[in-house]
Amino acid sequence: MITAERKPIDEIRAMVAPYKRVLVLGCGSCVAECAAGGEKETGMLSSTLRMANKMEGKDVLIEEKTLDRQCVKDFVILLDDIVDQYDAVLSLGCGAGVQAVAEMFSEIPVLPALNTEFLGETRDQGYWVENCLGCGDCMLDDFGGVCPLARCSKQLFNGPCGGSREGKCEVNPEIPCAWQAIIDRLDRFGSLDRLEQIYPPKDWSRKQGGGPRKIMREDQRR
Amino acid sequence: MKDVSRLKRVLDQGGFAVTAECGPPKGADAEAILKKAELLRSTVDAVNVTDNQTAIVRMSSLAACSLLKSAGLDPVLQVVVRDRNRIALQSDILGASALGIRNILCLSGDHQSFGNQPQAVGVFDLDSIQFVQVARTMRDKGTILGGEALTKAPELFIGAAANPFGDPFAFRVVRLAKKVAAGAEFIQTQCIYNLDRFEKWMAMSRDRGLTEKTCILGGVTPLKSAGMARYMKKKVAGMDVPDEVIRRMESVPAKKQAEEGLKICVETIQRLKEIPGVRGVHIMAIEWEDKVAEIAEKAGLLPRPVISKQ
Repeated sequence: MITAERKPIDEIRAMVAPYKRVLVLGCGSCVAECAAGGEKETGMLSSTLRMANKMEGKDVLIEEKTLDRQCVKDFVILLDDIVDQYDAVLSLGCGAGVQAVAEMFSEIPVLPALNTEFLGETRDQGYWVENCLGCGDCMLDDFGGVCPLARCSKQLFNGPCGGSREGKCEVNPEIPCAWQAIIDRLDRFGSLDRLEQIYPPKDWSRKQGGGPRKIMREDQRR
Repeated sequence: MKDVSRLKRVLDQGGFAVTAECGPPKGADAEAILKKAELLRSTVDAVNVTDNQTAIVRMSSLAACSLLKSAGLDPVLQVVVRDRNRIALQSDILGASALGIRNILCLSGDHQSFGNQPQAVGVFDLDSIQFVQVARTMRDKGTILGGEALTKAPELFIGAAANPFGDPFAFRVVRLAKKVAAGAEFIQTQCIYNLDRFEKWMAMSRDRGLTEKTCILGGVTPLKSAGMARYMKKKVAGMDVPDEVIRRMESVPAKKQAEEGLKICVETIQRLKEIPGVRGVHIMAIEWEDKVAEIAEKAGLLPRPVISKQ
């Protein structure tokens, strides 16, 4: 999923300061799973903004709504009837959600309340880790299911570097060394000899070679 | 005179090679490089120029190498993949060769988070092993990645680094084997303080026949103080400073610690000379280049051999 964290409240308040009628817009998908932009967080942020405005005697309308998915047009269109009532949307979607809303409603500013972080997994309650860069050419089969691009600080295809120490990364001892994990897993499968081969340079054209990417599936089009 | 790698000549003739490290200045002053060149002239075979080491912005290694070259020294161009994609890396190889630089050391580079530009993007388009392979293909086949032909192939003696002190230990020699397979003709190692571990790694390298295929130069860095020893143990990535080395530094008064550090360095070199397969020594006297001649002298590395220039 896509992970995100809420921006500091002062930054959000500065962003919405010019507006008198603000729709705080949550998203029920990834950002709800990572407790950053779901219905609950949308309600909490709205209350905080209302309270702050009240304390300062500002007359600002803050209303809230949460879509199932902000990044899917079929859901965003549900805003069509109400969006005219506001002069700004404060989105708690990921960067894709913010832009999908902005794309549909060109007349109204759509502001990001979150910092979108990474593609990752929920490892534990309140603990998310990055493990995919979306490179467009998955190589996990070569590395025992551990991505050296997303999980090695130096993106080494032929690691580990000299800074691997007791299974930890030189960049930060809290980061597990991806290459230690790769070696351990391949060892378990009896395929450590794969790492004797030099892994060739990555074809980055699958990620950024052609500019912004899109997927067009004729079988899915209507 | 045709440009040649003095380092390669010394090694080809079976000599015990001596290289030193020269850190470029944090400024545009050519004089700083030329001053260091004078300190190292006639005491070493070649001079490595670091490439924004510890991710701190300094004069480019290519420019500093060119200055050393014009001063009559044999520079080793250190190039890290942290700051350049494959287009820039290959371009710099061509530029280096055109300037008469004849040695290159292909490195990953210290992570950008350690330096004075922690907001920088880390490129890491190629890794160091892939980079060695690219350099070797450019030289031997005259082609760049993808197979396109060069109008003239670069002339370079190609090296890589090795750290016998990282984990997992058993894999360190596998990584060396990959660097050799990629085409590394010489290897300069991380600073050696733990000689026992280094000897084990050398034995494993010999067992795999790697010392027949590449020239391993053992890295040494003289310690200036007990504090520096403790700092390197704790803070410098991939460094193994055994407690007995720290205790030895602490056992002498502060004023005498630099002298003790130099003594340890000389003793290390003397022991390295005895290890089968060690083909030379790489002296990294960090901002202490004026001590290299003394170290080389005391370790019995002087005078350096005279190399024919054709």
